[in-house]
Amino acid sequence: MKKIVEISNINLNYHTLQGETQAIKDLSLDIYNGEFISIVGPSGCGKSTLLSLISGILKPSSGTITINGNQVDGPSENVGYMLQKDHLFEWRTIMKNVVIGLEVKNKLNKSTLEFVERLLNEYGLGDFKDFHPHQLSGGMRQRAALIRTLATNPDILLLDEPFSALDYQTRLAISEEIWLIIKKEKKTAILVTHDISEAIAMADRVVVLTKRPGEIKSIHEIILTCNYKTPIKCREAPEFRVYFNEIWKELDIHV
Amino acid sequence: MFNKDQQTIPVSKDHVEFLKKIKLTKIAIKTSQLSLFIFIFLFWEIAAINKWIDPFIMSQPTRIIKTIINLSKDGTLYLHTGVTIYETIVGFLSGTILGTLIAIILWWSDFTAKVLDPYLVVLNALPKTALGPIILVWIGGTTQSIIVMALLVSIVVTILNVYTGFIACDEDKIKLLKTFGATKFQILKKVILPANISNIISVLKINVGLSLVGVIVGEFLVSKSGLGYLIIYGGQVFKMDLVMTSVIILSAVAALLYLAVHWLERKIGNIK
Ligand SMILES: Nc1ncnc2c1ncn2[C@@H]1O[C@H](COP(=O)(O)OP(=O)(O)OP(=O)(O)O)[C@@H](O)[C@H]1O
Ligand SMILES: [Mg+2]
Repeated sequence: MKKIVEISNINLNYHTLQGETQAIKDLSLDIYNGEFISIVGPSGCGKSTLLSLISGILKPSSGTITINGNQVDGPSENVGYMLQKDHLFEWRTIMKNVVIGLEVKNKLNKSTLEFVERLLNEYGLGDFKDFHPHQLSGGMRQRAALIRTLATNPDILLLDEPFSALDYQTRLAISEEIWLIIKKEKKTAILVTHDISEAIAMADRVVVLTKRPGEIKSIHEIILTCNYKTPIKCREAPEFRVYFNEIWKELDIHV
Repeated sequence: MFNKDQQTIPVSKDHVEFLKKIKLTKIAIKTSQLSLFIFIFLFWEIAAINKWIDPFIMSQPTRIIKTIINLSKDGTLYLHTGVTIYETIVGFLSGTILGTLIAIILWWSDFTAKVLDPYLVVLNALPKTALGPIILVWIGGTTQSIIVMALLVSIVVTILNVYTGFIACDEDKIKLLKTFGATKFQILKKVILPANISNIISVLKINVGLSLVGVIVGEFLVSKSGLGYLIIYGGQVFKMDLVMTSVIILSAVAALLYLAVHWLERKIGNIK
């Protein structure tokens, strides 16, 4: 398989008046085309920071990140970022919301609009495109946020706890849906989550980070015996619990 | 999920009662407001007729009405009211626009914002009307200096309020646009400004009242035309009917301007 993201020996320090925070320490990771990676780690260990680095809105203090062989330097065309909350703009309709990335990139034209229309119709928001965000349910809003990310047609999706604002049932349903969409659109995805089950169910590999400064503690290749792999079905596989226990132990959570 | 069935649910008896009660309270409030208005003017009139108060000093509603009729016959009423309205509108619109522009500059350059911070704090605390005589000397006794007064009274509040709204904008919304590679100007246009429309409108609401203060003080000083001029003139020649009439027209003007901004606010709210 082809490498799409190569992270080599990156460090990141935040500087504030209170002092210096080392958020990421000597982290290296290769991500392959079409892969689904989950990242788990203790609170504040640098997961969001890692995604910001990959997306190019933050520059590493040292080390390099390349995407398709090109070094990341500023927000990259190939990367779409989905944040924890949907951040749909209340003053825009759903249609206007999902094209905002295209607007910013000056790529609003007939073919990109057709592409967005297709995404909206295909993923059940076609009838809602003239609605305002508050008229949609939490799950639909999150789907709209995903379509906004897909609209600029990135190869890599960064998902920073995108389901954590949803209630449990919706969360299961929407994570299944979004997983299917990502697979169908053949994207590479990096998901940050606090939910170990979600991490295992969705990913090909789960990366466990240490406490801050974030380093890679271990990487788990997820191989589950289920006929038709989707996040919900996978949860029934006999190996699921084994992975869960392993990762749970590594996270070393004390309460 | 989107619920289309909500309207078709039959309304229960309790709910009808509930709505009725709310409606009755509303009517009671409106009636009381109107009665209070009538009572005040009626009492004023009766007190003047019975010489409980001296109508020469306190004026009286019928004399006010007579004054209004007299003043409107020769057109002076429209002239002075028009002048005051014009100065106020120009003053608060320019105060709001200029203030918003300066707030944008402060948002754009954090450094400038920090440098100007103590100056803004002092200017905000300073009663702007104290600057009246200075403006009069610099610009002269003209309509312009009255408009500048109105502008000065509203601009600092505008800058502070709008700027506070700008920097309170959700960081993640900005981050979202940054992930698409947005420039600072795009962030301003697509998030900061639209997110602050209702904030700016509410500043407009404050500014109507403030600019009116500026205009009246300006008219006191310049003493050429406007309701402020009528008030000060009436006071000087001891025509209390004229003073009271002007004050009452001024209240009506203030209410009308406020309602106009309120209407604008509703209109923009509907678009959203
Ligand atoms: N802009 C910043 N300035 C200074 N320190 C920061 C900044 N952003 C994050 N940090 C610090 O860096 C560390 C890593 O932050 P980050 O948000 O990447 O963690 P996280 O793993 O995403 O946490 P969480 O699980 O709570 O989402 C934290 O200790 C945080 O306090
Ligand atoms: Mg985070």
